This record gives sequence, C-alpha cells and structure tokens, in this order.
Amino acid sequence: MSALLTVRDLAVSYRGTGGPVQAVRGVDLDVAPGEVVALVGESGSGKSTLAQAVIGLLPEGGSVTGGSAVLDGTELTGLSGRALRTVRGARIGLVPQDPGVGLNPVQKIGTQVGEVLRTHGLADRRSAPARAVELLEQAGLPDPGTRAGQYPHELSGGMRQRVLIAIAIAAGPALVIADEPTSALDATVARRILDHLDTLRRELGTALLLITHDLAVATDRADRVVVLRHGRVVEQGTPAELLAGARDPYTRELLDAAPGLAVTAPRDRPAVDGSGTPVAEVRDLVKDFPLPRARGEWTRGTHRAVDGVSFTVARGETLALVGESGSGKSTTARLLLRLEDPTSGQVLIGGEDVTAVRGEAWRRLRRRAQLIYQNPYASLDPRFRIREVVTEPLRAFSVGTARERDARAAELLDRVALPSSVLDRRPAELSGGQRQRVAIARALALSPDLVVCDEPVSALDVSVQARVLELLAELQDRDGLSYVFISHDLAVVRRVAHRTGVLRDGRLRELRPTAELFTDPRDDHTRELLAAVAGRRAGVVT
Amino acid sequence: MTTLHPPPELRDRTPPDPAGTGSAGREGPRRAGRSGGGARLGRFLRRRPGLVAAVVVVVLVLTAAFVPALLAPGDPAVGDTAQRMLPPGPGHWFGTDHLGRDVWTRVVHGAALSLQATVLAVAVALVVGGLVGLAAGYAGGRLDELLMRGVDVLLAIPAILLSLALITALGFGTVKVAIAVGIAGVASFARVTRAETLRVRRSLYVEAARAVGTRRLTTLWRHVLPNAAGPVTALAVLEFGLAILAVSALSFLGYGAPPPASEWGSLVADGRNYLAVAWWICAMPGLVIAATVLSVNRISRALDGEWGRSV
Amino acid sequence: MSLPYLLRRLGLAVAVLWAAWTVSFVVLYLLPGDPVATMAAAGDGEQPSPAELDALRARYGLDQPLIVQYGTKLWAALQGDLGISFATGEPVRSAIGAALPPTLQIAGAGLLVAVTGGTAVALAATGSRHAWLRQALGAVPSLAVSLPVFWVGLMLVQLFSFRLGWLPAVGARGPGSLVLPAIALGLPTGALIAQVLAASLTRSLQSPFVTTARAKGVGEAAVLLRHALGTATLPALTVLGTVVGNLVAGSVVVETVFTRPGLGRLTVASVGVQDIPVVQGVVLFAALAFVVVNLLVDLAYPLLDPRITVSGGAR
Repeated sequence: MSALLTVRDLAVSYRGTGGPVQAVRGVDLDVAPGEVVALVGESGSGKSTLAQAVIGLLPEGGSVTGGSAVLDGTELTGLSGRALRTVRGARIGLVPQDPGVGLNPVQKIGTQVGEVLRTHGLADRRSAPARAVELLEQAGLPDPGTRAGQYPHELSGGMRQRVLIAIAIAAGPALVIADEPTSALDATVARRILDHLDTLRRELGTALLLITHDLAVATDRADRVVVLRHGRVVEQGTPAELLAGARDPYTRELLDAAPGLAVTAPRDRPAVDGSGTPVAEVRDLVKDFPLPRARGEWTRGTHRAVDGVSFTVARGETLALVGESGSGKSTTARLLLRLEDPTSGQVLIGGEDVTAVRGEAWRRLRRRAQLIYQNPYASLDPRFRIREVVTEPLRAFSVGTARERDARAAELLDRVALPSSVLDRRPAELSGGQRQRVAIARALALSPDLVVCDEPVSALDVSVQARVLELLAELQDRDGLSYVFISHDLAVVRRVAHRTGVLRDGRLRELRPTAELFTDPRDDHTRELLAAVAGRRAGVVT
Repeated sequence: MTTLHPPPELRDRTPPDPAGTGSAGREGPRRAGRSGGGARLGRFLRRRPGLVAAVVVVVLVLTAAFVPALLAPGDPAVGDTAQRMLPPGPGHWFGTDHLGRDVWTRVVHGAALSLQATVLAVAVALVVGGLVGLAAGYAGGRLDELLMRGVDVLLAIPAILLSLALITALGFGTVKVAIAVGIAGVASFARVTRAETLRVRRSLYVEAARAVGTRRLTTLWRHVLPNAAGPVTALAVLEFGLAILAVSALSFLGYGAPPPASEWGSLVADGRNYLAVAWWICAMPGLVIAATVLSVNRISRALDGEWGRSV
Repeated sequence: MSLPYLLRRLGLAVAVLWAAWTVSFVVLYLLPGDPVATMAAAGDGEQPSPAELDALRARYGLDQPLIVQYGTKLWAALQGDLGISFATGEPVRSAIGAALPPTLQIAGAGLLVAVTGGTAVALAATGSRHAWLRQALGAVPSLAVSLPVFWVGLMLVQLFSFRLGWLPAVGARGPGSLVLPAIALGLPTGALIAQVLAASLTRSLQSPFVTTARAKGVGEAAVLLRHALGTATLPALTVLGTVVGNLVAGSVVVETVFTRPGLGRLTVASVGVQDIPVVQGVVLFAALAFVVVNLLVDLAYPLLDPRITVSGGAR
C-alpha cells in the first residue's frame, strides 16, 4: 500500500534566547490512505510541532531545518504560502485542540463552515450555506439548520468540536489531523466525539493522524501507534504489539503510567478501620452561589453548586469524589475545609462541629486539615524561595525556632523526595512535578490528619502523575493520613481511593467502595462515566 | 516585538505564571546561578541599546536638575545681544535666543523647576490614588463600589480640563500646576492599584497562604504588597512621562512660574514669536521634553516585567 | 433592546453628569481664591472698594452660603442655565455655543486623522510580512505619545507654513487652515488608537480561531481583515469615549498654538481671569461629550458582539 503522507527525517527547530531549540529531530512517519495513526508523547515531545510543520503552520520562530514531508506526491516543506493554502483545508483538514477557542466568536457557525468551501472554490455565496448545514449534520450536530445561524458561544464544548470537525472534513480532504481533539472535553463527551470521528473516517475513507498525550486513547482508536520522545520516534507498532510488549523502556513506562491501561492490578491497600471517630464528616451540605444580576432585574438568582452531600472520612482512608466539570466536587472540598461557607449543613473535623468557626478558631483548623491545589504553578508565591514556602505554615503557628524550622523544611523535602538543594530556589526554577511535591511538603508541614487533594495531578504529565500518586500513597501508609481526593479522572481514582463518590449537578449519586463501584456501578451516570474511560480495547478496565 | 517564541508544546509545560517571573526550563529545573547577576545585567542591557540610551538621558536630566552648573556653567538669564539668534553650532549647540541667551543653558537650568513639578504631581497621584485603590481593592463591597464610582466620574473629565479647573481655583505657579496635574492623575492610579490588589488578593497563592493558617495582615504584608508593587511602580514611572507632558503644556499656556524663571514649557512658548526666523528656540526645549518622556516610557516598559521575563 | 435597560442606562449617564458637575463645583467654589477680587482688578487695575466687591459678590450670588449656592446653581443647570460669565456678563451657554463650531471642526478633522491613521498603523504593524516593518511601525505609537502636542504644532507650522509655504500658519479661514491643527490634535489620539488596536490585533492573531482559519486555507489578508480585525475592534471601541474627551481637551493647546477661535481659546482666556462659570461650563460640556459617546458605544456593543446580550448582563 503506497503511503498518503510520507515524512522522512524531518527536523524542526525554534529560535530561542540561548540559540535554536530542536523540537523535532529526524522523524520518519507514514500514513496510508484511510489509516488511523496515533502520535503519542508527553508535552515537549514534539508531536504537535510535527503536525504544524506538515501543514506549514509553525508558530513564529519555528522552521523546518531538514527532511521532507510528501503528501500524495506533493512535497510540502518549502512550499510557498500560496501553494500551501491550496493544500490546507482542501487536502489536509485540521481538528484543533480546544473547541472553546477554536472558532471565531463573532461569526456565525454556518459562515465559518462555508468559508472553507468558498476559499477553495467548492461553493459560491448562494450554495455555501446549504452545504454548510449538510456538513454540520454529517458531523453529528443535532438540529444543524438552527445551529448554522448561531454563534459559537451559544453551543456547548462538544457541539463546537463537531463544528470544527465539519470544517475539517468540508472540502473532502484525504487526511485529517486531529491535535488532542478531546483533551479539553469531559470524558463522556470526548468518547462520543471520538466515536463519531471513527464513523466519519470509515464512511469517507479519510486517513486520520491522531495526536494525543493519552496512550489509552491511542491504543483504543488507532491502527498504528507512534511514540515520540524528545522529538524522536522511540517506538511504533499496532496497539496489540505495544500492549503485548513494548521494546522501548520509555514506552513501557508510559504504558505503566497510563492509568486507564494500568496493566498491574491496583495495589492492595491496608484495610481501613472505620470504627473510630471519623477524621472528617459532612452532613447535608448545601451551597448556593448567587448568579450575576441580570440586567433590568432586581433580584439575583442562585445556582445550587452542592446539594445535600453527606459523607465521612475515616483515619487512613482515601475518599475520592469524581464528577465532570460543574458537578460540584471542588466546591464540596472547599466547604469541607471551610474555605467557603456552606449555605446549610454541617462540617465536622475530628468529631468537632466547625461549621461556623471564625477568626482564630478557623485559623487553628488549618493545623488539622490541609489542601493541595490542582495548579502547582499558581499556588506558590513566585517571589518566595522554596524554604519560605515550606516553612510558612510553621511560621504562621510559631512552631520552633528559625533553625528548627529550617531543619524541618529539609526533612519535609526529603519526605517528598526532593533534594535539599531546591530549598534556595524559587518556584519558577522547578518543573511542574517538583512544584507539586513542594506543595505537598507545605501541606504536611503541620502534620495534619486530613489532606484534601483537588485534582493534584491533572496538570502534570502522565509519567510524573504516577510518581506523585505513589508518593501520596506512601505518605498515607507511613503516617495514617486521610485524603479527600477530587478528580475527574476515574482511572486515577481507581488506583488510589478506598471509597469513591460520584457527583453530578451537586448531588452525590452513589458512594461505595472503589472496587465495587467499578465492577458493579448502580447509577446510570456512573455507568456512563465508566464507559467513557479510554483503554477499553485493551480490556483492562471493565 | 518578541524575542522568544517557545514552541507550543514547551508552552504547555509553562502555564500562566502569575507574576511573569519567567518559566521553568524544558526538562526539569533551570540552573539559575545567583553568581551570574552582574553578567545577566550586562547581557540584558547589551540586547537593549534603546534602554541604555534611555537611562543615559534620564541620568543627564537628573544631573541638570540637581547640579545644572555641571552641564552648563553659564548664567541662563544673561545674554550677549551681539550673539542674538545664532543657530545651533559649536559655541552654542542649541543656538541662542532673541536676547543672545544660550538655549542649552536655559534648558539645563529649566530642568529643576520642571522636574520638581513633575515629581510633586506624581507623588500626589501615587499617594492619593494608591491609597484609594488599595482601600477599594482590599475592602471590597460597598466601599469599593463608592470609591470606584467616584473614580469613574473623575475619568469622565479630561485630565487637562480638570487641571485647568483646579488652576482656576488655586491660581498660577509651579507648585499649583503640579498639584493640579497630580490630582488629575489620581483616577488612573486608583484603578491600577485596585486591579492589582484584587488580582493578587484573589490569586491562588494568597489563598494557599491563608489555607496554611497565615494571618490576614501577614498575608497582606508578605504576599499582596510585594506582588502588587511591580505594576504600580511601572505605572508611576509611566505617569511620570505623562506628568512631564501635562506640566509643560500648562507651562506653555502660561500658568507656570512667572517670567524670569524658565520651565521647559515656557521656553517653547518664549520661542513662538521667533518661530519663522529662529526655529531652534522652540525646537530644542521641545526636543528635550520629548526625549525625556520617551526615555521614561522606555524605562517603565523595562520595569513592567521585561527584566523578569528575560532569562 | 429593552426599555427598562435603556432608561437605566440613561439614568446612569445623567448621574455621571451630575457628579461631574458637583466635582467641578467643589473644585471651583470650595477651594481658596477670590474670583471677585481678580475680576475687579482685571478691569482697570484700580483697587476696588470693599463696597464695590460686595455688590459684585451679591450680583453673582457669591455672598450666599455654599450649600445654597450649590442648590440654586444646580437647579439652574438642570434647566439649562449655566450662569453668566464673570468676565463678559454674557450667558455661559451662549458663550460656549458660539465657540463650539470651530472646535467641532478641528475635533472632527482630528478624529478622522486619528481613526484612519491609528487603524492603518495598527494593521500594518501587525499584519506586515516583513518583521523589520512590523517592529518599526510598532514603535511609532509610543513615539507619538511622547511628543508634546504644542511643540508638534509649532514644528508643523515652521515646516509647512514658514519653510514650505504650503498651508496657513494661523487662523480659521478655509479648509487649508484645518489641516495642520487636525494633524497636531489627531496625533496623540491616533497613537492611543493604534496602541490599543495593535495590542488586541496581536492577541486576536495568536488566538486559536485564527489557526483554524489558516488551516482552512484562508489567505493572510483575509485572516487579518475578516477574522482578526472583527474581534479586535471591540476592545478598541471602549476607548472611544476617552478619545473624544481628549480631542475636546486637546483643543485647548491646539487652538492656542494655531491662534484659532473656539472652545479651547475660550477656556484659556477664562482660566486666566478666574471666570469660574465659563470654566465649569466647559468641564460640563467635556463630560457630556464623554458620557454621550460612551452611551452610544454601550448601546452599539450588543449589536457588534453577539456574545454580549443586553439581558445577559455581561460587562
């Protein structure tokens, strides 16, 4: 089978302050007509750069420094702007990463789809609107006629991604490049989008180059998987080959780390003694947020973010709360820590009612319950040295002398497996994983009983995620810590939680031991969430 | 405009950095040595010749303001009528005016008054506006609403008209002009200070500090103030440039110091009648004003995070 | 557009005007200074007697307690009566009315210069294919805002009137006399427009929807004009109120430089003799211009940006 796209020894570099930075270093890649090839790698692996180089849309400062990319007989590198424009849209379609910002906010949907057709002379002013509606229908957008007359902000994220798909397939290209097409979407929506892409591809015979950081998605969807690291191909093969036994150590690490594929069974956790006083308990928690006042109205509406949630957390237990965005899981966590005030309901920490504590009593609460934020970049003061970050809780409660605090800082860093040499660095000098370890060290400084982890690994690369999760588990085993673990990622939750609660629209749909919940979900929404977890083809999760 | 374009995949790794203090390297920590401070400054400046020129101009202006004799030993008020209206040349490199006075000497000696007025104006704007903004941003609620509505009203009146109204009431003179310009600048300071205070107060690291038990005042002192200070300082420097323009415009209109004293604006006004025959009497002082403002603006941009972003 | 919204918006505009009037009252009447003495002394240089001063104060209502003055003057202002000029005895409203037409001429011409020049520079500075041209043009606005307007005016006169003899140096006769003042007035304003527009164009060009457009095969010119400019003009619109206020205020300097009659000259003359009612009238007029333009921009915004709906309350 002759290849549709043939990339040979392609090299791309960026102009940086310290000289050129090599992003892609001699990559070979073939995509046959109608084939699905997944390009997998972590951030910085060069996977997006490769795609951008193929369609000639490298950001400013980037340039192809060697090699070739041939599309069906046309050499793409070094093509003039004008010639490239006859390729883009017409022969290669692109589905971009974030549907939230991928569409022009002040242009109607129909016009944006029609623009492809008109640009390539496939329709004129009169025929374009009708064709656009057909394309939207083909992309699986319900009620396409109405949608075509709407603006992007009137559509949900999933619908916008369908519009972008309609744009990508509009001119009937031989190849569609999908750059992380679903990573900004909720899991259930993402699954439907990927399914539809699959169907379309089969109907139209289009080849698909799927770029993703998620090995589970790749093995689910692709005929062939290409693993990229530091701008080089380290491994390629069919999903079955990779799962059966990857040759490259990095690929094996990725496979192990990919939560959805977790080949190793979830490790055994010591049983939790649920008989004593729970470390934390919430009863009938409700939180209403005022909506912004609508113009011309005097009363404000409210939005119920958390609606009658109750649970307990035992000593040494990890309780996970999962749900899609807007399900109220983060708000619940903040209420538990009293960073927000509940509208009604009770919060008990160590059996003591703290629902209404203020001032000094509120501050003392910090010694018993701590928080690790999702974003390790924003939660550390950029001006502080790591030493100051880690000792800040100790200073706040005047624990020990300055020297004792310094010693404690070094000890805490040691516990989160960071060298004490980072003590004098500032957050900007650390990687994301290191920063999250610093945040964990800070949370542990006062030896709390309860640590609330709000999506603690979702901002990190997969291989880094695995190591941070291991660290959290170790700390729990050693100190009997309790965790409330907030996540949208069921695969992550399955590895860490003793019990899992599923939230939707502020309500706790079911709360059961994790293994039970995963093998025998009772709630429809839970089932839907589980079905959306990538990696099904590997047959591991269900 | 930009010098560094990291590939988007590297950008993924370095998400929004609240203080713009730069970003982590591609793979793990950057080895930023504390030893290389001087070398870094040198490298920073070598890449920015415009900034170096701006600093030189400001240093010269400051010298003129404090020790004018160093730059121009002559007497600005004494002229030689035999040397009237000489064009710029070797002896008088800014030329001479209709009374034979050296324009360079007059510009140098005018710096003190002009700068005094500017500094006073910025100080008034910074202190009053800064306090209003800090109070509004930190207190929030009703007080915020009230103060900001007041600021909105001030912004509805063009600055120069507000200054003119104040001068109508206060009378003429360098100090009065300075106060008038300063009060007209209060609104923009209040807005920026409030926005910065709010931004930092709502940032995750401030909440994180509260969440580990740090007291409210300690948080304000250790986190909010240092992180909000940068942009406000940059605005103060920028405002300095605007104030030079406003003060010189009012002095050009004749509201500044009375005749024997010379300010930059009034020097330009003096030359107006001889514009057809001796352009330099007008042109040179104006050029100095423009150069000063341009330099100050350049330095403001450098203060506004350019140093932090350069690695 | 709903009627209650319109009414509320109008009410807000009136409130801002009232507040601006109050601010000018506080500044002009509460601060120390004796306008009557200045006024009398300005007449013939002879020192007036205390009795004469009292008579003058009574005539202008300055002998009343301040709060009474505030009440009566505000009531009069609400009925459109802005008082009488201290210097000429002419009603302030007619003085401003007479000075307005020439100022509107140069302000209008200045706006034209500012909008066309600012937009052109911004488009060229972001859309040009040559990096050096983008860089050079990007520096133009910050250079332009650093130049003193009065100096620019004088240099234009020196070059185009005295040196080249193309255009008249002073006065307000014929359209030729409008060119130089319009350029001097439009320069800083145009620079402001260029800065705001270039910044938002750059933002638009970096946003992912532009990548989507490029991936469709759309040409660069169409990307710039059809996609980037469409979203970039909206933030630039918000400075329009400031722009118009600046043009009115800028006339103070420009009319002095070019010796043209108008609102600016009236202001300068009135400040010189502490003619408080006239100064207050001019301040009120400038605030009115600002408020009206902002009202129009606000009302136009939902028509231009589909994301903002009047009832949605987005600000």
